[in-house]
Amino acid sequence: MLLPYTLKLASKNMWRHRLRSTLTVTGIAIAMISFGLLRTVVDAWYEGAALASASRLITRNEVSLGFSLPLTYGERIRKTDGVAGVTWANWFGGIYIDAKHRFPQFAVDAASYFQLYPEYVFSDKEKSDFLRDRRGVVVGQKIAQEYGWKIGDTVPLKGTFYPGTWQFHVRGIYHGEDGKVDETQFLFHWDYLNETVKALLPSRANSVGVFIVYLKNANAAATVSAAIDSTFKNSLAETRTETQKAFQLSFVAMVDTILVAIQTVAYVVILIIMAVMANTMAMTARERTREYATLKALGFHDSFVFMLIVGESMAIALVGGFAGVVLSFPLAKAFHQATGRLFMVFDITPTTIALQLAAAVLIGLCAAAVPAYSSSRIRIVDGLRAVA
Amino acid sequence: MKGFIPARGLSFAYVARNLWARKLTTLLTAGGMALVIFVFATVLMMAEGLRHTLGGTGSYHNAVVTSQGAQTEVQSTVDRQQAAIIELFPGLASNAQGRALASQEVLVLVNLPKSHAGAASKTLANTVVRGTTANGLAMRPQVKIVEGRLFRTGHSELMVGAGVARGSHGVKVGSTLHFGLRDWTVVGVFDSGNSGFDSELWGDSEQMMQAFRRQAFSSVLVRLRDAESYALFTRALAADTRLKANSQRESVFYADQSEQLANFISILGKTITVIFSIGAIIGAMITMYASVANRTVEIGTLRALGFRRSNIVSAFLQEAMLLGLLSGVLGLLAASFMQMLEISTTNMQTFSEIVFTLILTPMIAVQVLCFAVFMGIVGGVLPAVRAARLNIVDALRAA
Repeated sequence: MLLPYTLKLASKNMWRHRLRSTLTVTGIAIAMISFGLLRTVVDAWYEGAALASASRLITRNEVSLGFSLPLTYGERIRKTDGVAGVTWANWFGGIYIDAKHRFPQFAVDAASYFQLYPEYVFSDKEKSDFLRDRRGVVVGQKIAQEYGWKIGDTVPLKGTFYPGTWQFHVRGIYHGEDGKVDETQFLFHWDYLNETVKALLPSRANSVGVFIVYLKNANAAATVSAAIDSTFKNSLAETRTETQKAFQLSFVAMVDTILVAIQTVAYVVILIIMAVMANTMAMTARERTREYATLKALGFHDSFVFMLIVGESMAIALVGGFAGVVLSFPLAKAFHQATGRLFMVFDITPTTIALQLAAAVLIGLCAAAVPAYSSSRIRIVDGLRAVA
Repeated sequence: MKGFIPARGLSFAYVARNLWARKLTTLLTAGGMALVIFVFATVLMMAEGLRHTLGGTGSYHNAVVTSQGAQTEVQSTVDRQQAAIIELFPGLASNAQGRALASQEVLVLVNLPKSHAGAASKTLANTVVRGTTANGLAMRPQVKIVEGRLFRTGHSELMVGAGVARGSHGVKVGSTLHFGLRDWTVVGVFDSGNSGFDSELWGDSEQMMQAFRRQAFSSVLVRLRDAESYALFTRALAADTRLKANSQRESVFYADQSEQLANFISILGKTITVIFSIGAIIGAMITMYASVANRTVEIGTLRALGFRRSNIVSAFLQEAMLLGLLSGVLGLLAASFMQMLEISTTNMQTFSEIVFTLILTPMIAVQVLCFAVFMGIVGGVLPAVRAARLNIVDALRAA
C-alpha cells in the first residue's frame, strides 16, 4: 500500500538538491560509459578469433612461428584423410612509409589461396590480372582506401625479415563477403618471394610459414590435426596443427595480461563511482536526520524510512545507468571510427548492457546501505535533536 | 578608524579541521579520487618498468650488428663469412688472446607452455632462446649466475633468466626442455639486474646452429675499444660492400624495442585516467558544495568579522587541495605495493615474451601528486566561488 507513496516521495527527494543529484547522475553515466567501452574493447579483441572459420586448420612449425616448414610438406598434408585442400602463406612483415603504418602482408600461393578463402571477393578480371603479374598484389579495400591505392599503382615495401625493397603492383582490391572479413590484408605471390629469396639467401628458399588446410568435414578437426602432426613427428621440422580459431586465439593470449588489466580497470571505475554515490547518500541522509525522525514520530515505520533512502539512491543510480547505456552506443561508434582499422568489429554486446545495468543497481544499493540502516535505527528523540 | 582586518587569511588548521569534521564524507571522496590516482600511478609505473627493463639491457660500449632492414635480432641473418669480416673492422676491443671481442649470436623464438594457476588450458609463450659464446658472456658482465652454473660449450645445456625461472613456465635447474630435435638440460639460473636478458634462455651458439640446422647467425655483438671507436666501426661497416648490415649500440638497440609497447600502455592508461578523473572530480565537487552549504552561517560570520572574499575562496580551495593531496598519498601508497608485481606479456615489436616489474620513480610520484591536487582544485573552484559570493546578511540568516 505504501509503496507508491514511498516511490513518489523518494523521487521527489531526489530533486531537492538539484545540483548534487545532477552531478551524481552525470558521474554514474560517465562511469557506465567507460565501463561499457572498456568491456567492449576486450570483447573486440576476442571477436577476431571468434569469426574464424571452423573448417580450416593451420599447420606451423612446432618450435614457434619464427621457424618455417619445407614446401614439400604441402603434398604430404594433402594426402592426409579428411583434407579437401591445402594452401600456404608466409608472413612478410615489410614496412610501408614507416613502422607506424602496419597492415598484415602475406606471400600466398596464388593458384590455391583464393579457392580456400572464398570470402575475399574481387572480380574475375582482377583475379586473372593478378595471376598473370608476378609482382601483382591483392589488397583489402580498407587499406586501399586509407592509402589511396588504385588498380595499377606501384607499392614499395621495405623488407625486415626478407631484405631489400620490394615493388608490388596493385592488381586487385577485395572486399569481404560480409562484415566479418578482415579487409586490411596485402596478399602477393609466394613464387615472387621464393625466387628472390632463392637468389639472395639460398638456405631459406622453398620454405613456408604456415600451411592452411581445408577440411572436408569441420567436425574432423581434431583427428585430422593429430594425423598431420604424427606424419611429421621426429622429422627435421615437427608441426603443430590447430584450428584457425585456436591459432588466432593464441595471438590474443599473448596480450592477455593487458586485457586482464583493462578488465580490472573497468571494475575499478565502478568502485570509484560507488564511493561518489555513497558520499552523496551519506550527506543527504545526514542533512535529513530530523526529517526522518519527524516521519517516524508521525507513525511511519522504520522500514518506510529505510525504503525512502534506498528508493532515492536507486532512482539516482538507475537514471545515471540508463543514460550511460544509451550514450554508450554513439560513443562506441565514434570510438570505432577514431581507432581506424584497429578493431574489425566494435559492438556492445547484450552481456555488457546487462552488466552496466546490474552495476547501476549494485551502486544504488551499496550507496544506500549504510545511511538507510543507520537512519532507520536512529531513535526519534536523538533524530529530532540532531543538527545537520 | 579602520575596522578589524585580519592580517593573514584563514589559518591552515581551520582548513584541515573542516575536512576532519566530516570524516565519512572526506574518506569516501578521497577514496574515489585515490582509486583514480592508483590507476594513473600503476600505468605510469608499468610503462616506466618496461622502459627500465629494456633500456637497461646491454651496454653502451657494445654494438649489435644485424642485417639491413631487420628491426629485431630474430629477423636478422649474418652468415659465417660476414661474421668473420666484422671481426676485422677497426675500433674493436680485443680479448686476452688478442682476437677481437666479438660474439656470434643465434636468436630463436621457442614456444614454451605457460601454465596459469587454475586455468585448465596452457598457453604458449614465445620465449627468446639466445645462443652465445664465451666472448658474449665476457662482454655482458652484468649477467651473474644465481643458481647452478654456466652452460658448457659443446653441450646441450641452457641457463635461464631469472624472470623465466620465476615465471609460470615451470623451468628450474635440472629440468629438461625439448626443442630442435633434442633435449636441453637447464643447468643454471642467471640474473642480469632486471634487464630484458632475464626473459631469455641462453645456451651455446654453435649448438643452437646445429640443432636448428641454421647456416647463419642472427647477429654479431662487438665490444668497442673507446669513445671514438663507434664512429670508426660504423663507417667501416657502411663502406664494406660484402655485407649489408646495420649496427647500433647495444643499449639503444634494446631500448628502441620497448618504445611501442610503453607508448601503448601510457596512452591507454592516460586516456582511462582522464575519463575516470571526471567521476572523481564530480565527487570532490559534491563534497565541496555540501561543505559550503553546511557552513553558510559560518561563512557569513567570517565575512562579518572582516575576512575578505579572497580569504574565503582561498580557504575552500586549500580544503579541496588538501583533499586531493590526501587522496593522492593514499593512491600512491596503494600503488607502491604494485612494485611487487611481475608482469609477463608479449612485446609485439619483437613478438617475444618479456618479463618486467613495475617501478615507482620520484618523477612519477610528483606527477601523480600534482594530478591529485589538480583534481582537487578543479572540483573545489566552483564551490569556493559560490562560498565567496554569499551575501553576508543572507548567509547569517540562513538556518
